[in-house]
Amino acid sequence: MALTLGHYLALSAALFTIGVFGIFVNRKNIIVILMAIELILLSVNINLVAFSVFNGDLQGQVFAMMVLTVAAAEAAVGLAILVVYFRNRGEIGVEDVNELRG
Amino acid sequence: MDLMTDLHVALPDALLAAVGLVGLLLGAIGGDRISILMRLLSGVALAVAAVLAFQQVGQPSALAFNGLYQATPFTSFAKGVTYAMAAVALFMSGGFLKITKAERYEYSLLVVFSAMGAGVMLSAHNLITLYMGVETLSLASYVLAAFKRDSVRSAEAGLKYFVLGALASGLLLYGSSLIYGFAHGAGYDVIAQAPTSIGLTFGLVLLIVGLAFKASAAPFHVWVPDVYEGAPSTVVAYFSTAPKIAAVVVLANVMFTTFGPSQASWQGIIAIISAASMVIGAFGALAQNNIKRILAYSSISNVGFALIGVAAGEKFGASSVLVYMTIYVIATLGMFGAVLALRRNGAPLENISDLNGLAKTKPGMAFGLLMLTFSVAGIPPLAGFWGKVQVIQAGLHADMLWLVLIGLASSVVSLGYYLRIVWAVMMKPPGEALDRTDWPVATTVLATSVLMFPVLTIGIQRLLDVAVSAHVG
Repeated sequence: MALTLGHYLALSAALFTIGVFGIFVNRKNIIVILMAIELILLSVNINLVAFSVFNGDLQGQVFAMMVLTVAAAEAAVGLAILVVYFRNRGEIGVEDVNELRG
Repeated sequence: MDLMTDLHVALPDALLAAVGLVGLLLGAIGGDRISILMRLLSGVALAVAAVLAFQQVGQPSALAFNGLYQATPFTSFAKGVTYAMAAVALFMSGGFLKITKAERYEYSLLVVFSAMGAGVMLSAHNLITLYMGVETLSLASYVLAAFKRDSVRSAEAGLKYFVLGALASGLLLYGSSLIYGFAHGAGYDVIAQAPTSIGLTFGLVLLIVGLAFKASAAPFHVWVPDVYEGAPSTVVAYFSTAPKIAAVVVLANVMFTTFGPSQASWQGIIAIISAASMVIGAFGALAQNNIKRILAYSSISNVGFALIGVAAGEKFGASSVLVYMTIYVIATLGMFGAVLALRRNGAPLENISDLNGLAKTKPGMAFGLLMLTFSVAGIPPLAGFWGKVQVIQAGLHADMLWLVLIGLASSVVSLGYYLRIVWAVMMKPPGEALDRTDWPVATTVLATSVLMFPVLTIGIQRLLDVAVSAHVG
């Protein structure tokens, strides 16, 4: 059985959904949220590269490179903010992020 | 197309990028001692970039960098306002940063970089450029929200903004990838000509969700009150002005140019987002006591109002979106100036009860705040009223009576909390004496409030005439 575009899109959609659920369902740790964000960005990369190959257009691969770069920057900024938060609070549980509410 | 012509089209953004990089180098040598110099350099650069962008409004649209980038009158005008707002927000920030012991040179540079990101996403003509612009804006904004790093609230604001912002970027990106795949290209012009398909519509919806998050429209607004409350007030003064108009105009621009032919597929979505934002913004603020939270809900509801213009489509709505958002961000900047001025013994105050008796203790500031509040509330004859009239006209032309009615009803509800501000300022007895206001803040509040009288000041009239003439594409 040959792999078609649909297979790649299904895989990417599954990873994307897992990533989104990882952010919302996760009640324990903010590091897990960072991992979920990374999963979302990587699922997009599968999409972009698959489309690029099956459409015969290079732009998607350039886009994927850009996404990889941005994902690295985003992880760096996210971890930096997490360190600042940890220094102030001494913990990184998701349920303890409750200082601000109306 | 050689590099010089490309750079000429992208001059405002290129200037900011250059100044930002040189600033980083200077900062690495000089450290925090030169933070005042850095603020001056960044402020001047932003002001010059604003002038350059306004100059492009009069010129025909130009493509650059192999069609990745396009300067149109519509987006150039929004870019000019964005940069000008960033410059003024920076101008106001000195005293507050000093008192809260957050005066570091990175502040000005982060504002420059995030404003540049807003400019790039405005001028994008390809989904890749759009994404890079959105991320440049967002990453710098996350850091700015957490800028007061010894404060739990600021760190938490940064964290919440980061997590939800990253999710929104992910949605935007997933939508972009679907659009790219089903339209066989990432350029706006390619997408505009692509036949409608289910994959394209799916991507479009995700793209709208991502952009609506950045514009803080409901139901993607949950981060707004928390971030506004936790982040330092100068940062919020910036967040609620420069990136706000940029995000709304980007949403409008992408809908009008890229998805112009398939207007029927997004009009309903934007209309529902608009209605939800207006209602949630109006009712959410009623129970709040923190001024920054009230202003956060006020901004949600105002973005909703501006989205009526987007839902009305390019023909009727384009200029009304520009006019409305321009007036709104100018007024909001002034209102945040008044928030910055609320200090007692060097500690910033944020509750609505701290405004008590401002009319007696600081008459000039109170006058400015009242005019700005009335303008945002849409009381004639102030500028905010005329902005609302333009948007309502656009909505009526596009046969969206129900949306206009929701807008009017929510404006009436919003009067409830705007009048609470007025009541506290005018009627309540004053508390302990407030600190002296530093002159940049006082000047900004007065200047923005004077701008709210369109009959008296030719300045804003001229600006709005330019906005009306700034056509899409």
